[in-house]
Amino acid sequence: MKPLVPVAPGARIVLGVAFFVLFVAVWAAATFGGLVSKTFLADPVSMLASGWALLTKMGFAYDIGMTVWRVVGGFLIAAVLALPLGVAMGAYKPIEAFFEPFVSFARYLPASAFIPLLILWAGIGEAQKLAVIFIGSFFQLVLMIAVIVGNTRRDLVEAAYTLGVGDRGLIRRVLMPGAAPEIAEVLRTVLGWAWTYVIVAELIGASSGIGHMITDSQALLATDQIIFGIIVIGLIGLASDLLFKWANRRLYPWAALGR
Amino acid sequence: MNVLAIRGVSRSFASAHGAATLALQATDLQVAENDFVTILGPSGCGKSTLLRIVAGLDHPTGGEVLLDGRRIAGPGADRGMVFQSYTLFPWLSVLENVCFGLRERGLPRAQQLEVANGFVAKVGLRGFESHFPKQLSGGMQQRTAIARALANGPRILLMDEPFGALDHQTRELMQELLLGIWESERKTVLFVTHDIDEAVFMGSRVVVMSARPGRIKLDRPVPIPHPRHYSVKTTAAFSELKAELMEQVRVEVRAAQAAANA
Repeated sequence: MKPLVPVAPGARIVLGVAFFVLFVAVWAAATFGGLVSKTFLADPVSMLASGWALLTKMGFAYDIGMTVWRVVGGFLIAAVLALPLGVAMGAYKPIEAFFEPFVSFARYLPASAFIPLLILWAGIGEAQKLAVIFIGSFFQLVLMIAVIVGNTRRDLVEAAYTLGVGDRGLIRRVLMPGAAPEIAEVLRTVLGWAWTYVIVAELIGASSGIGHMITDSQALLATDQIIFGIIVIGLIGLASDLLFKWANRRLYPWAALGR
Repeated sequence: MNVLAIRGVSRSFASAHGAATLALQATDLQVAENDFVTILGPSGCGKSTLLRIVAGLDHPTGGEVLLDGRRIAGPGADRGMVFQSYTLFPWLSVLENVCFGLRERGLPRAQQLEVANGFVAKVGLRGFESHFPKQLSGGMQQRTAIARALANGPRILLMDEPFGALDHQTRELMQELLLGIWESERKTVLFVTHDIDEAVFMGSRVVVMSARPGRIKLDRPVPIPHPRHYSVKTTAAFSELKAELMEQVRVEVRAAQAAANA
């Protein structure tokens, strides 16, 4: 090994998979070897078995569907509203001066702490779940989008002006296309955070969803089901992340050049 | 007939402790139709500031700039600019970069492509139309930038050390390319450089600026006929003017260094 020298693509996959294998091996050794009591940590095989039972007999697929819909729904609402506000803040400094202090404050408000209030306001229905995701993602998105747009290279802005663009043309044809790949990366990151909020929202006052299943399993001391639920969340998160990465590469081939 | 008239333009900046620093003294300069004026001066003399004021990217603290007799108030498509840094839009292909200004004007797509393809060919980039800027060398990027500025049909082309970041050999080739385009298109050009050879070879007039605060201290026509072949760089007329300019610039560089050390 030498610092910063890239690894071959094949070796990269082997190394990445190897750690998963090692992880499961250590887990299996600890549980089957009797180092950890079954009450606290289920072994991999019974985890898979109860996972299969959850999916086939207990309608866990419906819970997964509910959780995905909540994440995607809340995240989309946040993104659709954050995009125009973030771009406006990045482009126009008075608008930024007006919103930025409040948004900076609001993004440190923990989304999970709003759950009791949101239950009071919106009940325990879907509106409350979506609101938790929204609060968790919206302010983060706005700030990061504003920073990206505000960091547009000034020489590109000047070049565009000497080519005859007006202020609206500048936003539409320079600021937005230039910021698009980085904004897409921010959306990918924040979608990952939205996954952590949804589970918290489902731990309290929910009648469906992966988080709800996990709370139910806790009451039954079913650690195998809890672990299966956690792994499902991880797998869905990983899948959405890869999908986002792939889409970004397809949509913005120029951004990947020369990296 | 003068295309560009710079009248008493000066620029001062507010420094850290509130006092105003003068970067550019009241400057007058006329640029005639089809003229190729090179502005030569030591770094930091305010020559780029002057060019940016003409472009409308910076505002003078005194005086005014007239283009075809009209006072300019901000940047516009009538003054095309090529920068020293690479300013192609990285998300657009070579062809789309060249189309940028035409599209802004709402030209029909077919016409945009016709004009853009013509200029892409003129700067020798046929076959690279669909490349992204990051796939091009520095010289090719600057050629695209020249095509992008020219495609817009500006009244005057402003160039701020456009070849300053290129290696010596590429720079000489770019000079010949630009000169060839100017000889066939007869554009009006205002070209800032600190390279004396470049100023003499490219310019039909060379203007020398003093050390900061900048002012025009010398204005010389270049007595070399067009079309110019690169071999003119070894002629007596070239060397004679170069020798005079070198003396003048040297004095200013010394003055600038003395001011920096004071």
